[in-house]
Amino acid sequence: MKALMLGTAALLWLPSFLLLLYLLQVDLNYLFFLFKNISPYFWSALGISLCVGLSVVGAAWGIFITGSSLVGAAIREPRITSKNLISIIFCEAVAIYGVIVAIILQTKVEAVKPNEDGSYGLAAANAGYAILGAGSVTGWANLACGLSVGIVGSSAALSDAANSTLFVKILVVEIFASALGLFGVIIGIIMAGNASFTAQS
Amino acid sequence: MSFGEDTSEMCLFNVKDGFLEAVVRGYKLGLLSTADYNNLCQCETLEDIKLYLTGTDYGPYLANEASPMHTTTLVDCCTRKLVADWKYMRENAGEPMGRFLDYCTYGHMIDNVVLIVTGTLHERDVQELLDKCNPLGMFDAIASLAVAQNMRDLYRLVLVDTPLAPYFSENLTSEDLDEMNIEVMRNTLYKAYLDDFSSFVHGVGGTTGAVMGEMLSFEADRRALNITLNSIGTELTRDDRRKLYANFGLLYPHGQAELAVAEDFDQIRSVMEKCPPYQAIFSRLGLGESQMLDKILYEEEVRQLINTYEQQFHYGVFYAYMRLREQEIRNVMWIAECVAQDQKNRVQDGIVFTF
Repeated sequence: MKALMLGTAALLWLPSFLLLLYLLQVDLNYLFFLFKNISPYFWSALGISLCVGLSVVGAAWGIFITGSSLVGAAIREPRITSKNLISIIFCEAVAIYGVIVAIILQTKVEAVKPNEDGSYGLAAANAGYAILGAGSVTGWANLACGLSVGIVGSSAALSDAANSTLFVKILVVEIFASALGLFGVIIGIIMAGNASFTAQS
Repeated sequence: MSFGEDTSEMCLFNVKDGFLEAVVRGYKLGLLSTADYNNLCQCETLEDIKLYLTGTDYGPYLANEASPMHTTTLVDCCTRKLVADWKYMRENAGEPMGRFLDYCTYGHMIDNVVLIVTGTLHERDVQELLDKCNPLGMFDAIASLAVAQNMRDLYRLVLVDTPLAPYFSENLTSEDLDEMNIEVMRNTLYKAYLDDFSSFVHGVGGTTGAVMGEMLSFEADRRALNITLNSIGTELTRDDRRKLYANFGLLYPHGQAELAVAEDFDQIRSVMEKCPPYQAIFSRLGLGESQMLDKILYEEEVRQLINTYEQQFHYGVFYAYMRLREQEIRNVMWIAECVAQDQKNRVQDGIVFTF
């Protein structure tokens, strides 16, 4: 039943939305004009804030997931604390990636004079979109990475307490998980690499 | 479970309950292993047992006991450890884990109520009965159970303020207190408790619902089996017997309908063997043997309890810890009794190994 409803919704949303726009006499040209004239500095600021904000949320989430299990398990087996700090460090690294990319993105933002009608040139618009994209990519990738490392780190702490030979094996899983954050950083830097507000077209 | 439910369980469980889950897994690491039991079986006296147990997690609780040791002191010290652990977890628990931990102890509460009522019927001293009660199932005003003359008083004076109140229905309170009715009361209360626990656990949902659902259905089936075995040849009618079975479990409803009319062990056995998981259990029982049934059921329960630790982010591990500790205390008591009575050759019969 649920599947039927979801399927109908998936098929019908687009035509219904267009019908709604037609019936409401929505002026699509004007809407596009409004969208085009949003300042690229808004998009850059949004991108940079998503980058830091989501990375920090991911890191924090991962740290509390691992930390609560680690503290509880360490009551009985205090030896696990030093090794399992690695999980916490992987989560923290995610936040650092976010800050680094945000700093890189921020250095790309330059002041540019707008045209007479208030719109910005092509280079500025492209740069704005690129910084938005780069920030988003990094942010979302780091959110997922932080969560993933956190959950695996929690299991690693509990398994290490039970059997100390397991830690290194689970660490391999964690390393793969933390690679996700690096993917986000790499793509973010590549996207922002070409962004320049003052490029000549 | 859907993807969203699964993910949110993994991501959000540790907010409130992560610390205590790790703590209970630490406690579980301190349970006695097969090697410990083998060493305990080699002990010659109760002093040796005490000495050995002082080197395990029971150390702080046994260290200050004076010799000579009795089995009851040994068991009391071990129970004190379980109670201390449970209290720590209960006090630090959020919701709904606090309610879950309380639900785990209502079974003991029912046993305590029945113990005091039966003891009062046999003119025993209230204080002596209170000492014998299970400490996990104590509540305030438990001592005033001795005052009640019939079930209506029992309910009205004492039990209406306890968590057991909803398990009393109208037809139960109109009975007088005598031997037969007390057993029926115990089993009716326990049935209502199991139904309630099962619906609570499915309300919590997720992995907790799945894991606890399995364990509770095994418990319900086990009780149905024991009720049937114990009521063969008594005056309990088939309808009454049927009313004592819980409303869930692998045997519900068809297996229970057949169990209700079973009259001897072979009929019971043929009913149970229609259910594949129980067929595996009963196949380990030789033909005509019913003494080993208890031990085999305990072993099956322990196997299921250990399996709850395979998954993370659910409450089943707490219930499992309580049950495993109780099983361990039963094992220690058996070993201590065998040693005290110099019957070391029977010691292997009564131990259910955990790992």
